[in-house]
Amino acid sequence: MTVEAREARQPYLLLSPAMVAVTLLLLVPLAFIVVYSFWLRTATGADQAGFFLDNWREALSDAFYRDILLNTLKIAAITTLVCAIMGYPAAYVIARSRGNKAVLLLLLMLPFWISYIIRTMSWINILGASGAINSALMWLGITDAPIQMLYNEASVILGLVHFLLPFMILNIYVSLDGIDTTLEDAACSLGATRWRTFLEVTLPLSLPGLAAGGLLAFVLGAGTYITPIVLGGPTDAMFANLVFEAIITQLNWPLGSALSLMLLAVLGALVLLYNHFLGMGQLMKGLG
Amino acid sequence: MDNTKRYERLRERYMNGGIDRRSFLGLIGAAGLAYGVQTPFARGALAAAEQVRFDGWGGVVSEAFRKHAFDPYTEKTGITVVDGTFGGGDEYLSRVKASQPGEYNIAHLSGVFDYARYHNLGLSSTLNEDNIPNLKYVIPKLTDVFRKVTGGTLSCVPYDYGTTGIAYNRKHISDEEMKEKGANILLDERFKGKIAGWSDWRTRIWYASLQTGQDPNGATDMDAIWEAVRAHRDLLLKYWSSGAELMSLLAEEEIYVTEAWSGRVYALQEQGHDIGYMDPPNGFGWQECLFVMKGSPMEPCEELLNFMLAPETSIAVAEGQNYPPALDPTKVDLGKKIPTLPAFDPTGKLDGLTFADPAYWNGNEQEWSKLFGRIQKGY
Repeated sequence: MTVEAREARQPYLLLSPAMVAVTLLLLVPLAFIVVYSFWLRTATGADQAGFFLDNWREALSDAFYRDILLNTLKIAAITTLVCAIMGYPAAYVIARSRGNKAVLLLLLMLPFWISYIIRTMSWINILGASGAINSALMWLGITDAPIQMLYNEASVILGLVHFLLPFMILNIYVSLDGIDTTLEDAACSLGATRWRTFLEVTLPLSLPGLAAGGLLAFVLGAGTYITPIVLGGPTDAMFANLVFEAIITQLNWPLGSALSLMLLAVLGALVLLYNHFLGMGQLMKGLG
Repeated sequence: MDNTKRYERLRERYMNGGIDRRSFLGLIGAAGLAYGVQTPFARGALAAAEQVRFDGWGGVVSEAFRKHAFDPYTEKTGITVVDGTFGGGDEYLSRVKASQPGEYNIAHLSGVFDYARYHNLGLSSTLNEDNIPNLKYVIPKLTDVFRKVTGGTLSCVPYDYGTTGIAYNRKHISDEEMKEKGANILLDERFKGKIAGWSDWRTRIWYASLQTGQDPNGATDMDAIWEAVRAHRDLLLKYWSSGAELMSLLAEEEIYVTEAWSGRVYALQEQGHDIGYMDPPNGFGWQECLFVMKGSPMEPCEELLNFMLAPETSIAVAEGQNYPPALDPTKVDLGKKIPTLPAFDPTGKLDGLTFADPAYWNGNEQEWSKLFGRIQKGY
């Protein structure tokens, strides 16, 4: 084999373990889900193989699914916005800090060491009727009875922000850290105020990171089902909860498959839009 | 010859120049692939003689099983019991459906309707009752209903029974008020935001039947039922989905009233919480069984069931999980604590409990579970 041929083959050899893993763990199960979505659930709970469009017809035409999907997208959008507003200053401080950057990044990663479910449930001890905040308010005499802070849409968004904020900060940080600070110095030396320098130099250059963080926060937020179960009230279900219920509670795997593919299609379209305008490179940097 | 020896011989041949590098790496790769492919399928068979998997409801129930049944059983037989948990029969059924035969062995199922569902899906086994002599201590009525479903044979042994009644915080609701209002307390506007409910569609429909004055095993006005389910939802703080969550909501006083599992309320009372419990007329009675899945190693499973039905084990577990055992009190002395447990019937006839009719509930399961899922979310 010639050197050129060997070199041409090398990338495929190096990529093959990852490609095998992606094929076996992602594409093959996805193909199963596609097939399942055309099956039917019988009255006993068993599946009837075949090619039926019933699940797709129901998923696409029923207003119930559309409304929950829109509500899910709304919650994910609010969460993303809150994460961006809270995450940008934090990322800026980390990127511009000198000496203690590693410590700050370590602190940012600390929440990942604790289970997401435990972190979500911890809000019950903070916001609950006998949680830390209500206990403190009643002890200080500010209120006589506990304030209802849990089991509503706001507590779901709070839980999601808690979960997703580190992803947003990391992406913005990567973007800010890559900006050549001499550009900011140049703007200042030409008479721009610090605020104007930020608005016209720093912010535009960090937008890809902000967009990457936003995309991640939105996609992960829209796909969650634990947070609404733990922190949501009766009417705060998100689309992933419908998938969970169809598959687990109703044992209707075919309908659950159609619903999960519907969510996948909506979120996939968003990723494609992002890729079209900004490219996936920035996202990969943030994830790395 | 074991795999290590095979590898050592192959490596020696390679080092001695007996085979080239490409062949050596190819053989190692093929062996790895073969191991990877066969392991998931062989795991069940290899483990069969050494362990039995048991799945139950978690929390205090699992603790009682572990302490009073599994650990002593392992000590006696050398067979390990791997215990997992689930939040409900539906969730567990979904897991079993996705598994290989033999992966799941014994489940602590609730209700004859679950037994019938599992049987209808082809998941039942046939127990050799000669290997379970302690079955003679069990209340006959509990065994008979299972036999009817599986044509005279058994795929389970009855283990305990209890009720889903109403738990209430005595600081805010008196015993007299509970007696007066019964199931309708769950629709009392005065407690809006302080009411909870189990996210189980059967329980919701059962209680809506009581609230609308209908037979829980034969409602005729389903519109009224769904209206009651909606009315309850609109007063709700949240639907709970596990025993641990139920206990937390009551203990933390997030809620004042909810339906609840009798044993969990007893556990809260033991912890010193002032929580009352009552079964309204026609309250939801259920029995739980230890169901053996098709494809399980039958003899170790039967041995475990027999061990668990031994009066000393069964009584210890019952005292730990706070549900009366399936043992017939006219045949076995159940000690001092069990007669004080909620739902306990000293006659062993269980005439005071209303159980779910499996044909009625399973016949409507597909439609009602789906509709409840929508109403639960505000529709």
